[in-house]
Amino acid sequence: MKAAVVLFPGSNREGDVEDALELVTGRRPVTVWHRDTELPQADLIVVPGGFSYGDYLRAGAMAAHSPVMREVKAAADRGVPVLGICNGFQILTECGLLPGALLRNAHLKFICRFVHLRVENSDSVFTRGYVAGDVIHVPVAHHDGNYTADAETMARLRGEGLIAFRYCAPDGEEAVGAEAVAHNPNGSSGSIAGILNERRNVLGLMPHPENAVDPKLGHTDGRRMFEGLVAALG
Amino acid sequence: MKARVHVTLKRAVLDPQGQAIGRALASLGFDGVRDVRQGKVIEIDLADTDREAAEERVRAMCDRLLANPVIEDYTVEMVG
Repeated sequence: MKAAVVLFPGSNREGDVEDALELVTGRRPVTVWHRDTELPQADLIVVPGGFSYGDYLRAGAMAAHSPVMREVKAAADRGVPVLGICNGFQILTECGLLPGALLRNAHLKFICRFVHLRVENSDSVFTRGYVAGDVIHVPVAHHDGNYTADAETMARLRGEGLIAFRYCAPDGEEAVGAEAVAHNPNGSSGSIAGILNERRNVLGLMPHPENAVDPKLGHTDGRRMFEGLVAALG
Repeated sequence: MKARVHVTLKRAVLDPQGQAIGRALASLGFDGVRDVRQGKVIEIDLADTDREAAEERVRAMCDRLLANPVIEDYTVEMVG
């Protein structure tokens, strides 16, 4: 599997996702600069986390209009898998590859900690390494991760099985009431942590699976996402 | 010619920053503050001379970049 990682001024997790991909593929991904107008031939494109353009205007808004994102959109339209993590998710919503938007966290704080996620759908190249219902433990680190969409979009996401991951309690139950604050860290509608596009070749998620791949660092639940991608894409 | 764009979260979207400001105002003793919405102001200096055409262009700027239609509303005010 050949992967390309898009780099913007202000990205900061590109090295982490490149390490994770190298760990499972044995091959270092190609880094693509935001001004590039051509993408290398790649089986997977990753838009990594960080603070592209300093989060000016809105998180992801400036990056969404950069030259390289036109190419990323064209590749996604051709069916190339595109994975947006954290700021990458924000960029994918801003450029229209995914519906909805990511608002400031409900409690206004930057959150950096481990969370539990329930895998809602394993029917995609990104989630096939899991079984629907699996509960995984991965970190989040963001200020604007509060997913929102209009009622019609939310119904469509639910109805078509496009919710990939939800924040949950350690036992996998959706966090409600007082529990919600503890387990849904940013106040996301429907506890949504990650969504797929209709064609299921684009995934955006706020948590960082790339930071839970190495047993030396204590957590490996993110690794199955990358192993699943390798199994699907060769 | 100058344009002033006001961008605010849509009414249907929860504005936790506005709420925090409201609580802070109440704690300072300002009674009767019913609601606070926070937004941003963007001032644009344009070379245009035709006011109507300039406003049209600023609206296009809002639709394409300055506001996110999923969560935000905007108003355009032509000044000076």
